[in-house]
Amino acid sequence: MSNRFFHWKRWWAIVIKEFLQLKRDRITFAMMIGIPIMQLMLFGYAINTDPKHLPTAIISYDQSEFTRSFISGMENSNYFDIVKFSQDQQQAYEELRQGKILFILTIPADFTRKLLRHEHPTLLFEADATDPIAVGTALSSIDPIQSMVIRKDMNGPLAISNSTSIDIRVHKLYNPEAITQYNIIPGLMGTILTLTLTMMTALAITRESEKGTMENLLATPAQPIEIITGKIIPYVFIGLIQSSIILTAAHLLFSVPFEGKLLHAYSVILLFIFVNLTIGITISSLAQNMLQAMQLSIFYFLPSLLLSGFMFPFLGMPKWAQYVGEFLPLTHFNRLIRGIVLKGNGFLELWPNIWPLMLIGVLTLTIAVKFYKRTLD
Amino acid sequence: MKLQTDLAIDVKNLQKYFGNKHVVKDLSLQVKKGEIVGFLGPNGSGKTTAIRMMCGLLTPDGGEGKCLGYDIATQSDEIKRKVGYMTQKFSYWEDLSIRENLDFVGRIYELSNRKHLVEEALENLGLTSRSSQLAKTLSGGWKQRLALAACMLRKPRLLLLDEPTAGVDPSARRDFWEELHALAAKGVSVLISTHYMDEAERCHSLAYIAYGNLLAKGTAEEIITHQSIKTFNVSGNDLMPLSNRLKDYEGVEQTVIFGQSLHVSGKDTNLIQQALQKECTEKFQYESIATSLEDVFIYIMKHSTDNFGESL
Ligand SMILES: Nc1ncnc2c1ncn2[C@@H]1O[C@H](COP(=O)(O)OP(=O)(O)O)[C@@H](O)[C@H]1O
Ligand SMILES: [Mg+2]
Repeated sequence: MSNRFFHWKRWWAIVIKEFLQLKRDRITFAMMIGIPIMQLMLFGYAINTDPKHLPTAIISYDQSEFTRSFISGMENSNYFDIVKFSQDQQQAYEELRQGKILFILTIPADFTRKLLRHEHPTLLFEADATDPIAVGTALSSIDPIQSMVIRKDMNGPLAISNSTSIDIRVHKLYNPEAITQYNIIPGLMGTILTLTLTMMTALAITRESEKGTMENLLATPAQPIEIITGKIIPYVFIGLIQSSIILTAAHLLFSVPFEGKLLHAYSVILLFIFVNLTIGITISSLAQNMLQAMQLSIFYFLPSLLLSGFMFPFLGMPKWAQYVGEFLPLTHFNRLIRGIVLKGNGFLELWPNIWPLMLIGVLTLTIAVKFYKRTLD
Repeated sequence: MKLQTDLAIDVKNLQKYFGNKHVVKDLSLQVKKGEIVGFLGPNGSGKTTAIRMMCGLLTPDGGEGKCLGYDIATQSDEIKRKVGYMTQKFSYWEDLSIRENLDFVGRIYELSNRKHLVEEALENLGLTSRSSQLAKTLSGGWKQRLALAACMLRKPRLLLLDEPTAGVDPSARRDFWEELHALAAKGVSVLISTHYMDEAERCHSLAYIAYGNLLAKGTAEEIITHQSIKTFNVSGNDLMPLSNRLKDYEGVEQTVIFGQSLHVSGKDTNLIQQALQKECTEKFQYESIATSLEDVFIYIMKHSTDNFGESL
């Protein structure tokens, strides 16, 4: 009787079969590895490689050696591309609104005069901070430029003290709060795992039904728990490969600091992979066909993407959205992995987000086994 | 129920509905140990459904029964382990190789001498050299043979075979039936569905089902005698117009053309003879012949009502 409910031999038969089938399915395999790499490149580019050559308009009411030197300093920094040089304020604002330019630098008429009189002239920088990452680094390059300009141009009799000088006012428009860039790569990991793993396993059982092989599988003594857990094993490895690619890239390509312990990271990754696979297999048990399985997994993926704190800061969301977010595994995983990678959190700090994941995993696995159809009825 | 050791299958009054369609009606069937029972009937008559109920893949809506002594309602795990079931549609994994499919079967049934059995099966199939070929690259007939080999791998005491020889060439079919009889001689019981009359004649006993109803049961001779119809064979050319004319006569219940001959059947010999005398010119010769199984099945099917239509 010991082999009635679970027998490792039967389970192993399923595992081998799934591995072989995954191996034969080259396109799926390539996708599973390709998606994280592609996403990394897409998201990674926007984050780290401090974006350069950002279109800038200059509204200058004053022209002198100093302004010219300041402007060429900006250009030399490579952060700014001066695409417009005019006195038409109205039009410049219009272009900023439309997203054609990201910065407007306004040089007031009395700039040079005030500078020479050591009267702290002002420069106004207006930035489209919709994408705070894009403008953040560019703005931080202003300070060095100005001190360099002053030092170079104010030699000799006109020299003014270093401590002086230009009062640069930065106005961030549209999105005054900045998200830290390092948030994105660890967050990306959970998103990719959710997308690929739930979708692949969601198809696992419906595929057997549609190909007619389910009848064969059901006619064998294999038990639901053996089939379900056996089917998800290969994807555990896929998930681990994906996570490793992202962790390595985060470190090597994007220099995301890794503050925590690798053991912690892989433990929560493994837990999260398991949760996603059980959710996928539950979808697979519930869906009637592959199309339904795909739709259900997208139905699950979208709120995960939007409400887990990956796209928008969790605490900035309305209360109801936060409540929904608490039920999503990705929310907890985002907190866990960011906590480990960026803050070096240990087990005690991690626990409040670990048990919800465990709970969700066990519940969904139970549902999957319960709903798994043991006959063709 | 009392365990009857000499019955491999013993089901009584099986019922199955799909929605409100009564697909299997009151089916009772016995298969003795070492017996090959042919399961016949037109497409959609409920053969596959009945077989699936016997091996625990469908839950009967009524009736009871045992397979190899295990209750089909409550002991499907035991039945699955002991019974060899071959599905009508090829249901092995096309993206696995021949050997991998057999290996999977060996593992899932926890066979202790798996490697040896797989080698043996490959050898019997003559597929040893092609064992790493993917199943999807096999032709229809070879797929059937692979499925059969996989089903026999663990030497089950009861085989439920759903149209195992569909699409298989005649010589492979003959080999297959020889093997089946050899197995039966060793005490293996077989329930096999088929559309081939020559195969029906090779069975020890037959069950004919149409529109969910079991219409005839017994040996081939029993079924033929039971229907008590007389058949005449008309030979000649251009039989079609003759056949149409004969159909209008009273007493001519069935005409079937087989190439150069026409079978004319009915219950009343005299009426048929009268009709033939009137219609047959010198171009045609006719004689009384023994009614064949095929004539009988066509006859039975024509005289059964399509109850599926009523319930729809
Ligand atoms: N899963 C199902 N759902 C609904 N109807 C079904 C199902 N399986 C079979 N049927 C119907 O039941 C009838 C009997 O089918 P089947 O048992 O496959 O017949 P056979 O094997 O004799 O050709 C057919 O009319 C078929 O359409
Ligand atoms: Mg059938």
